[in-house]
Amino acid sequence: MALDVVARFRDPELARRVVAKLAELAPEEPVRFCHVCGTHEWTISHYGIRSLLPEGVEVVAGPGCPVCIVPAREIDEAVKLALDGIVVATFGDMFRAPGTRMSLHQARAEGADVRVVYSVSDAVRMAREEPGRDFVFFAIGFETTAPSTAVEVLRRPPENLSFLVAHRLIPPAMEALVQMEDLAIRGFIAPGHVSTIIGAGAYKAFPKRYHMPVVVAGFEPLDVLIAIYMLLRQLKERVARLENEYTRAVRWEGNVRAREFMSRAFDVVDGAWRGLGVIGSSAFELKGHLKDHDARERYGVEVRGARDIPPGCRCHEIMVGRIYPTDCPLFMRACRPDKPVGPCMVSIEGTCRIWALQGGWEKL
Amino acid sequence: MAVPAKVLEVRGHKARVDFGGTVREVDVSLVDVRPGQYVLVHAGFAIQVLDERAAEEILRAWSEVLEAALGA
Repeated sequence: MALDVVARFRDPELARRVVAKLAELAPEEPVRFCHVCGTHEWTISHYGIRSLLPEGVEVVAGPGCPVCIVPAREIDEAVKLALDGIVVATFGDMFRAPGTRMSLHQARAEGADVRVVYSVSDAVRMAREEPGRDFVFFAIGFETTAPSTAVEVLRRPPENLSFLVAHRLIPPAMEALVQMEDLAIRGFIAPGHVSTIIGAGAYKAFPKRYHMPVVVAGFEPLDVLIAIYMLLRQLKERVARLENEYTRAVRWEGNVRAREFMSRAFDVVDGAWRGLGVIGSSAFELKGHLKDHDARERYGVEVRGARDIPPGCRCHEIMVGRIYPTDCPLFMRACRPDKPVGPCMVSIEGTCRIWALQGGWEKL
Repeated sequence: MAVPAKVLEVRGHKARVDFGGTVREVDVSLVDVRPGQYVLVHAGFAIQVLDERAAEEILRAWSEVLEAALGA
């Protein structure tokens, strides 16, 4: 049974033997690998994988939290719509992410109708059930989530529903990290779930153009350990290849049907990432013939003076792996899971929240 | 975050799937599936069909790598 196969990627005995094998590939000089997925950070923290790696091997978290990277400006747009009396529906985590002045959660405390949904389809159903009210779905997430928005946008949503699209694309962000030379990344663990959609082939430029090893990896501890082994083996052989460890879910071409849905619904445009600035060709916006359902067009939303990072917060440096959460003076002092300051402590996929809840960092 | 589930029944673009005991309805517009297959589910949509054979292959390949290491 398939779920049993998945469980075997958690087999402690097999994991122990892979760890022993990693030691054989210990690098001569320190190396830093980067992943770009909140779920990878969870696996690495939860299973204490950093403590199992050979001396000199470091794995840092890049901008893989889809909530953390939404710029305050776009949250401000959603908050403004909500305070103007429009029902705003979005995923649970987005609800508490801080805007410049307030989060959607705080907007609700001020009387706005903000609803947490599990799926874009819930927002469609709500809009159908209440035809007298205007609804906006605040569409966030990477390529894993964008196809579901595309499906509903293309399925003739009810007239009273529009979309505030804040989807972002992972490969351009990885390219931006490569260009931050001080990060000195020597290899990427590419995000498994994003890759089920875009395919392993989406990373082919990295070895070619930047001589950068890439391994697409799943989310069980053994997946991550094997991916690190594959990266170390490439460094040892002095090659840069694109390899796929997560073969049970990721094909070279990805999910072709999902990619078609995305290309029928969205144009690729430049997009701002919270605290990181604008990254070229890294965002989606609705195509011209779907503009009737674009919340920005429909309501002419204008916000001013957005501020991404609250004073003292170092989320923008944590999001690219330049520093660890423990290097931030606010971490577990002024900024805690029960009273978060920055987005990295708000979202369950944020590096600071994962570190705070999983522990283990005291020893680092 | 995506979670594996077993497809129980497909009706149009909806399917009933089993997340190891919890049964929910998900949208299958993005995949071609039939009952008995496993899918990855994210935000109410099946985003990919899991390939059991590929999973077995990588585990077998790794067992071989590790056996070879022990034999050496």
